[in-house]
Amino acid sequence: MVERQSPLEPELHIGSHGNFEHGIEILLTETRPGSIVQLAAWPGEEKNLMTAIRTVTGLALPDGAGGGLSDGVKSVFGFAPGKFTVADDAEGLAAAFAEAVTPAIGTVTDLSHGRTVIRIAGPKAEWVLAKFFAIDFALTAFPVGAGRSTAHHDVFAQIQRTGADQFDIYVFRSFARSFWKALCHASEEVGYEVQ
Amino acid sequence: MLITCPYCGPRDVIEFTYQGDGNRERPDPASQNFEAWNAYVYDRLNPAGDHNEIWQHSGGCRTHLRVVRNTLTHEISSVAFVRGDHASGARRKAEDRS
Repeated sequence: MVERQSPLEPELHIGSHGNFEHGIEILLTETRPGSIVQLAAWPGEEKNLMTAIRTVTGLALPDGAGGGLSDGVKSVFGFAPGKFTVADDAEGLAAAFAEAVTPAIGTVTDLSHGRTVIRIAGPKAEWVLAKFFAIDFALTAFPVGAGRSTAHHDVFAQIQRTGADQFDIYVFRSFARSFWKALCHASEEVGYEVQ
Repeated sequence: MLITCPYCGPRDVIEFTYQGDGNRERPDPASQNFEAWNAYVYDRLNPAGDHNEIWQHSGGCRTHLRVVRNTLTHEISSVAFVRGDHASGARRKAEDRS
């Protein structure tokens, strides 16, 4: 496999930044999953696709719009009707799904090199994201595991909540550095650490 | 203006793209009926009140939506998927939250 370089590298400065004298309230990391795929079911094949996802990843998707879950290694969430994003720390997800998702069920798109995943965590994560996206980040409206599709200044973002105060943001690789810089600027006033 | 996407829930209008009048009926592509084509391309109701419209949630789930919007008040009285077979995805509404 080709060695993948991070698009964030020139702007990824490990350490504490901003107004952190009174504590760090935001942690920013790039999760760098080995594979990211998008799956789409043909009309009426949604349940079969969810079964294929369970077969390949072992994750049983909950019913419902934007439903998802993560076991810390593999993550899956719905981002549109009959469409799902799956990420895995290991490579080879696309090949595994190409076996399980037959042409009669739907399609598999390998986005491992096309998306960058930025993780924002900490007590002020909701607060920082609320400056970016006009969606409700409250735990009741956006439960752990769930996914949301939205956009920030025309940069499409898929957001999965992977913890009570932790979110994974999937952005286009080509926009990732710009988005990362914006996230850093937005986190400055509460103090952030890049790991 | 908020549009309650049947999949994503209430979202700002900035995430949506207007795809035109929802009342138009496209003639058969082989049709030579110029009046029907003229009506399809140019004739609009322009009502002062409820209006059937097609919107795309282009900044979200990217589905196409059938929206009834009041042109006087911007009140949106109904939103549904254009494709009926998405019906099973219609699960999240603003009032469902507790």
